[in-house]
Amino acid sequence: MSSTFKFKPYNVGRWVIWSLFAIVLIFAPLVFTSNLSGTMLAQMGIAIIACLSYNMLLGQGGMLSFGHAVYTGLGSFVAIHALNSITGGQSNIPVSLIPLVGGIAGIGFAVLFGYVTTKKAGTPFAMITLGVAELVFAMSLMFSEFFGGEAGISGNRVAGQAFMGITFGPQIQIYYLIAIYTFVCVALMYAFTQTPLGRILNAVRDNPERVEFIGYNTQRVRYLAFIIAGFFAGISGGLGALNFEIVTAEVVGAGRSGGYLLFTFLGGATFFFGPIIGGILMVLAFVLLSELTKAWLLYLGLLFLFMVMYAPGGIASLIMMNLRVAAFGKLKQIWVSYLGLFVTAFVALIGAGAMIEMVYHLQLNSALGDTLKFMGVTLNAKGIDSWVGSIFVMITGLGLFEIARRHFMIEWGDIQVDIEKEIKRRETA
Amino acid sequence: MEFFIISMLNGLSYGLLLFMLSSGLTLIFSMMGVLNFAHASFYMIGAYFGYTLTSVIGFWPSLIIAPILVGATGVLFERLSLRKVHKFGHVPELLVTFGLSYIVYELVQLIWGRTAVDFTPPEILRGAAFTLVNHSVNGLQMIWGAAPAEMCKAADASIRLVCTPFPATRGFMMIVALLMLFSLWLLLTKTRIGLVIQAALTHPETVEALGHNVPRVFMLVFGAGTGLAGLAGVIGGSTYVTEPAMAATVGSVIFVVVVVGGMGSLSGAFLASVLIGVIQTFAIAFDYSFVSVAKDMGLNLSDALKNNSVLKLTISQVAPILPYLFLVLILIFRPKGLLGTREG
Amino acid sequence: MSYALELKDLRKNFGKTEIIRGANLAVNAGERVAIIGPNGAGKSTLFNLISGRFGPTSGEILLNGQRIDHKAPYEINRMGLSRSFQITNIFPKLSVFENLRCAVLWSLGYKYTFLKFLSGLKDANELAEKYMEMIRLDKKRDLLAMNLTYAEQRALEIGITIAGGSNVILLDEPTAGMSKSETTRFISLIKEVTVGKTLLTVEHDMGVVFGLADKIAVVVYGEVIAFDTPEAVRSNARVQEAYLGSHVADEQAGGH
Repeated sequence: MSSTFKFKPYNVGRWVIWSLFAIVLIFAPLVFTSNLSGTMLAQMGIAIIACLSYNMLLGQGGMLSFGHAVYTGLGSFVAIHALNSITGGQSNIPVSLIPLVGGIAGIGFAVLFGYVTTKKAGTPFAMITLGVAELVFAMSLMFSEFFGGEAGISGNRVAGQAFMGITFGPQIQIYYLIAIYTFVCVALMYAFTQTPLGRILNAVRDNPERVEFIGYNTQRVRYLAFIIAGFFAGISGGLGALNFEIVTAEVVGAGRSGGYLLFTFLGGATFFFGPIIGGILMVLAFVLLSELTKAWLLYLGLLFLFMVMYAPGGIASLIMMNLRVAAFGKLKQIWVSYLGLFVTAFVALIGAGAMIEMVYHLQLNSALGDTLKFMGVTLNAKGIDSWVGSIFVMITGLGLFEIARRHFMIEWGDIQVDIEKEIKRRETA
Repeated sequence: MEFFIISMLNGLSYGLLLFMLSSGLTLIFSMMGVLNFAHASFYMIGAYFGYTLTSVIGFWPSLIIAPILVGATGVLFERLSLRKVHKFGHVPELLVTFGLSYIVYELVQLIWGRTAVDFTPPEILRGAAFTLVNHSVNGLQMIWGAAPAEMCKAADASIRLVCTPFPATRGFMMIVALLMLFSLWLLLTKTRIGLVIQAALTHPETVEALGHNVPRVFMLVFGAGTGLAGLAGVIGGSTYVTEPAMAATVGSVIFVVVVVGGMGSLSGAFLASVLIGVIQTFAIAFDYSFVSVAKDMGLNLSDALKNNSVLKLTISQVAPILPYLFLVLILIFRPKGLLGTREG
Repeated sequence: MSYALELKDLRKNFGKTEIIRGANLAVNAGERVAIIGPNGAGKSTLFNLISGRFGPTSGEILLNGQRIDHKAPYEINRMGLSRSFQITNIFPKLSVFENLRCAVLWSLGYKYTFLKFLSGLKDANELAEKYMEMIRLDKKRDLLAMNLTYAEQRALEIGITIAGGSNVILLDEPTAGMSKSETTRFISLIKEVTVGKTLLTVEHDMGVVFGLADKIAVVVYGEVIAFDTPEAVRSNARVQEAYLGSHVADEQAGGH
């Protein structure tokens, strides 16, 4: 029964979310005032744009790329050369538009490499992106005029004419420039998901063959999405060039590409806001976690592995699942099980962490003696009781975790059944 | 002349090493649809296991035991991790192996340190397998083993004498690779389990419906593939260098090999491995650039062209990107790969 | 006046095996044709050839007088031919409404645009709603396609096929796997939604065939051995010998 009169209430929820986002962007540096926070917030904006552009390929298009850093990195290089041309007086682009130069470079390289890359899909696509990434990285050592060799290319973002007294010298000024770009890019990328091309891209992800039979050239769809993702990647790179004022070859390296993949997936590729979480985590991990422990990459790899196996939708999907449980009022039932899970996991982690830290200590810091501090406890890396103690703690933690996990799964399953029943009830009511 | 022969042999040996790795990768991909991103990591583990075991039980026993240990590791990974994500599709499987490569890299550095370790081949392999002596008067001679010093010194200034040894390690690598190739071929074509594997390569569900335990076959194939990588690791690690970066250097090349050869084609992988191995070995040896060749030919280039950084590049400097250039060209002109039949 | 769909000496080999061995067919606009034949006769292969999933080894396929052999599936679809699949081929993670909306986008000329919002495309949204009601899935508008029942997914499959507004529709075993009552409902649905269009459907259920089709094409061993009205085909000796020569088929047909 179609209704000729449609009532469309003003979508309040949408305005609230975007306003909150803008407010957080504006007020964050006023809440977190230290220098470290300043640089971290700037980097978060850059990472958010990069991860969202990556997810345009992964989450929305089903295209797993191992070489996204090529587009952010080349965007950075072009941007810093443009910046230097302002300093050198050869052009007078305003500094605030340099990221757009990066974006255009991103488009250019995506048009160039994307043609060959999007000829295939799935696993071959992934390997082609890997090959192109290695190609570009290897070339970075060959063309030292563009890539600057070992030292990279430096620049000075205080260049050209100051705009209303804004020189972009101080960290706070560059932060707000990044914040504006972040807000606009996130909004544009969200808007893309609501367009015909965006939706057909999803269809290509779900069933590439069927798309051909409803009149669309699947390869063309992928190529266009690749180019648009390259645009935003280039903007992210351009912002990075302005922020750090130096660009080295590692920005096109495999490590950076791997990082985008890891953190976008961790944040959650199946929801739009997942990569935003991923970008924030990426900066937190690289800046803070790496200071905390030398084994951070190992922990990250293990976390990633567990996410793929047990929560492939990432943190975003975990949040959404629990929001759904909360919406049906069932969160109270399960929070005790959650507590049990977290405590036992924490215990197991402490045991494993102690052992890993002791091995690192033996490897790298043995000159400093055999003892190290771990979570307030002094451990002897060569002492047998430290080792036995750690192993015992870890195994106990693992055992208890397994018990807690089984209990949790049963409760979770029961709750899901209850929720399904409730949904059916509401449908027929 | 001897330069050509030795370079050819070096190239072939490198190509055969690449094939040892890419054959395991192709088998695993063909059968399970999983592209094992961590395949080069198993290569690295093989080298490190070989290194540790050699210091305990000697090189020759560890040549047998290290690959078995690596294969066992592969089986364990398949059982505990890979199998769990099989139901999610091929992308999560690829991601899981990607995560494993990170973990292995960190664990290796954790246990064995960040610098290269000294994994030396056994006494018998340390010298030259044979030496080519090019005497400008007497011509080309081949001598088994290393040539004695007097043979390599010219009697007087008018005679040109060049001694080019061919390392025994490389020769050993070729022998092992060819033996492995042969036994793989025997296994796949002449044994019953080989028949099952061949069938499961293209129609795993049908094979399962016929009553074969396909998950167990998968596990075995994964273990065999990674064990092969481990064997390549023992040999490659003792011939070249054993360090944490070794997985990355060879990892991307074998993916190129698999795509260029044609995904899922063993013969394609063989062809591509040998091609890429030979081309890269020759390229590294050539120091010619566009500018130097033009100079040799007597062409007069303008100063701007002479200083152009692209034209100044020698072939040896370009050598690292050749496999990837090859990849791009194949994708443009022959997307199925050299001998590929599947679209991937 | 050209035929809506014409096959001229169509051949297809897979390696050394000849699957389609010289198929000839000429369908007038607006006709409803049922394609029947024993298993392995090549019916699905014919559909795959016509819709462009793979190209013929030799021969011609003409749509409204224009050659479509060796064209890509999307080109053929844009020229006015749509097909459904035997194994349900929908977009599992999109909702029912989104599935249908995707199917109408190209025919309304929206192509690859990213400068318009889907919510603002009145014609696309209205068309999607219309088809959703036609296939009786309007109550399940926002349900993800992968959560529908099998019969509902088959209905969505047909919906996606016809939503593009193509004049020539190919349905590959649309009622496969359905119960008797579902089949009956489905057939009346198909009749309703294909009014005025040229329809070719592969079917095994003789009851469906004799109730739905204006003409029957009998495919045996890669050739069309008969193409005529149902009564003529029933009494065709060659057909009886190859396919219908059983008591059971007679009974099935007799019921309708």
